[in-house]
Amino acid sequence: MFDSLTDKFEGIFSRLGRKGVLTEADVEEVLKEIRVALLEADVNLAVVKSLRNRIRERAVGEEVHKALNPAQQVVKIVNEELTASLGGETIDIRYASKPPTVVMMAGLQGSGKTTSSAKLARWFKSQGRNPLLVGADLQRPAAVEQLRTLGRQIDVPVHSEPSDPVSVAASAIEQARSTGRDVVIVDTAGRLAIDEALMDEVRRISDAVEPDYTFLVVDAMTGQDAVTVAEAFHERLELDGVILTKLDGDARGGAALSVKEVVGRPIAFAATGEKLEDFDLFHPDRMANRILGMGDMLTLIEKAEETYEKDEAEEAAAKMLEGQFTLDDFLEQMQQLKKMGPLTNLVGMLPGLPKEARDVEIDDREVNRIEAIIKSMTPAERADPDMVDASRRSRIASGSGTNPTQVSGLISQFGQMRKMMKRLGGMGTKKVRKSKRKDAKRGKKGKGGGRVTPKGGRTTPKGSGRVTPKGEKVGKSPLMLPGLDRIDDADLERMAEELEGFES
Amino acid sequence: MELILIILVVAVLVIGTVGLGFVATRRRGRDLELESDAKILDRAGVDLDSDTHDAGPVDGTVDDAVDDAVVEAEPEVRTDDIIVKPSFFERLGKARSAFAGYLGDLVGMSRVDDEAWEELEEALIRADIGVQTSMSLIGDVQAKAKETKAEDGKQVLALLKERMHVELADKDRSLRLDDDTTNVWLVVGVNGAGKTTTIGKLGRRLVNEGESPLMAAGDTFRAAAAEQLGTWAERSGAEFVRGSEGGDPSSVIFDGVQAAAARGCNVVLADTAGRLQNKANLMDELSKVRRVADKDPGEVTEVLLVLDATTGQNGMSQAKVFTEAVDVTGVVLTKLDGSAKGGIVFAVESELGIPVKLVGLGEGADDLVDFEPTEFVDALFE
Repeated sequence: MFDSLTDKFEGIFSRLGRKGVLTEADVEEVLKEIRVALLEADVNLAVVKSLRNRIRERAVGEEVHKALNPAQQVVKIVNEELTASLGGETIDIRYASKPPTVVMMAGLQGSGKTTSSAKLARWFKSQGRNPLLVGADLQRPAAVEQLRTLGRQIDVPVHSEPSDPVSVAASAIEQARSTGRDVVIVDTAGRLAIDEALMDEVRRISDAVEPDYTFLVVDAMTGQDAVTVAEAFHERLELDGVILTKLDGDARGGAALSVKEVVGRPIAFAATGEKLEDFDLFHPDRMANRILGMGDMLTLIEKAEETYEKDEAEEAAAKMLEGQFTLDDFLEQMQQLKKMGPLTNLVGMLPGLPKEARDVEIDDREVNRIEAIIKSMTPAERADPDMVDASRRSRIASGSGTNPTQVSGLISQFGQMRKMMKRLGGMGTKKVRKSKRKDAKRGKKGKGGGRVTPKGGRTTPKGSGRVTPKGEKVGKSPLMLPGLDRIDDADLERMAEELEGFES
Repeated sequence: MELILIILVVAVLVIGTVGLGFVATRRRGRDLELESDAKILDRAGVDLDSDTHDAGPVDGTVDDAVDDAVVEAEPEVRTDDIIVKPSFFERLGKARSAFAGYLGDLVGMSRVDDEAWEELEEALIRADIGVQTSMSLIGDVQAKAKETKAEDGKQVLALLKERMHVELADKDRSLRLDDDTTNVWLVVGVNGAGKTTTIGKLGRRLVNEGESPLMAAGDTFRAAAAEQLGTWAERSGAEFVRGSEGGDPSSVIFDGVQAAAARGCNVVLADTAGRLQNKANLMDELSKVRRVADKDPGEVTEVLLVLDATTGQNGMSQAKVFTEAVDVTGVVLTKLDGSAKGGIVFAVESELGIPVKLVGLGEGADDLVDFEPTEFVDALFE
């Protein structure tokens, strides 16, 4: 979908050649790309300008790092700046000494206030609180009904009455006190920032309930206008934080950065799915990577940590790197991986993967088919797939409901991947391990090798023998995931390098 | 750390292998796709027939579950007032004032310098037109300015507007309503774009034009979405069909088409649940809804993608993916009465060729108006 910034920068730097320090001219050219990347991610123009200045100041004159190539180095600076801008102060929910703690939600129509209100109530509940939801959106048809339904799902009472939003909100506080509810979440109607009457109304609701926290709900897909909206709401309501919604979409979410810069208040929560539990505190470092279109490594790491047992994974990897990986192991790993979510999402999160491979959509049903094929093999066949001949092939095919071509396709593809892993075992990890030891001694992060491979200069002889010519009949010879044949040692090493960068 | 590397390697291995199978079957399956589609359709048909009874009450009125009080509390809809279609400019007035004079300097310039060119480009970017599209537009205009020796700000601005007008000109923006069939207008989009409200307003528009619309509450996912649409149906005097919450959207739409045919309605306004375009399973569901809606006596004559004017560059991805899934025939740009310019529809229209057909300019029931490209372009610069 998007070229990662590192790819773009490498192009520039390979043209520039390597120098001792980053000159102003180097940086200026890269800054143009950064501008485009940030604007494509919907970061507000004014915010882009100020970011550019900060990046320029930091990057010019910087010594070219030994471990990183210039492209990676600039990306690192950009990434750090973005993380700093997005993060900084974090929200720390303090409960009012005299309950209830009042939270008010505000935002444009369709940004997700009602759903977020319920999600927030669920979050408070998980913190051991007793929230009360307040339906003060009397504007949109059935908005209160929607809140009531959501309230039932999370077992949180909903207060509303057919009067006017201000008195609903005010009476809710009384209601909370008398029923022993210690957190009150007020859902308000969506309104345009330029609608004076409605902005005035929301101000009056705020005056009536004196919220401890006022959150602006912002859609992650919002464009340049995010700043205008945030400014207008901040002016009226003095926001305490932002709730970023629809982050499960594929928008890069530059609006988060814009709003943060303008309002200067933390992005408190992020909504990442349609289910009510898909809601949590916001992680600025992940968002920085996302805005830069660099794959959400941290999410991947977290998911992996949730799913994998360290010992098991190491054992599997050791086998793999020695070329001892069997289809049985493969089956097991595939099942583990499936727990981490749809494979397509995982591919998108892998760093260093060629763009063509990253963009491929993988049907998870395909995984089931592969499972069926492997499960239809005898243990001996799984250990040594090369023994599968024509008659075994047709047996496996009928056992798994596939056809012999698919079976042989899987086997040959597996063989190739195994070779590739062996190659990695031969160089990549050993080097990484070695450098890690070195780093440990030196007490510093990053790879010691300092190998730089400009992208343009790389040839891919290894892949050439395996690529299926276009017109050839499918199934006769193995197909590769597009671009995967282009992964060579340099890419593998780059993956390792990028991973090092995320270690913290 | 090494753990992660290891996992990645495993991931690459698995994905690589799975990818093979996928690509292979994809190519092989191309020819078979149509056939299997037909099968799915058949199955859907069978399911639907047997499902009709448990799909929930087919009801012409608002569901009783709607809190009467809530309905009462809503702002009065002036159904009796004379309908005055708001003009584009009038409605944008509020937003325009915030930006007035932004390009004022440029207009007064006798010679447009580099800085001014950049400002012009930035004006486009600020309107969410997108950085690539903006750059190419400015590039074209620069060439044209050189050619025609246009120098001062006024001329340059005129050239830019003209260039943009050309892009939006000569598009068929009418909504297709065929005779002798039950038209289905499928309304799709991401969460919170304004689909249900758009259908509400569209229904009213159609009633006023003497058509007889039926609203089908195909959003069975969001809590109380059907109640929301039911309220609109009651207000506008349209027929209304709903299913049960959490039910199969295809069957609700199917019921809607059947009911429309039986009650003599000529157009079904089919609501669908909001979905983010990167959710493949939900997009599949939507494709199925479209196939089912196209079954006799229904005929899908419009697929309207609802885009929120505040949406940034993601709007392009929305338009692309929804078009792939359900063959979008037009865009409805909502919430344009705010300060957002909705510039992304320019990119959508010029790059994907999907015409913008309607624009939402306010909260009132009559605030859904035809798209006026000229006024839209002018407003981008105000």
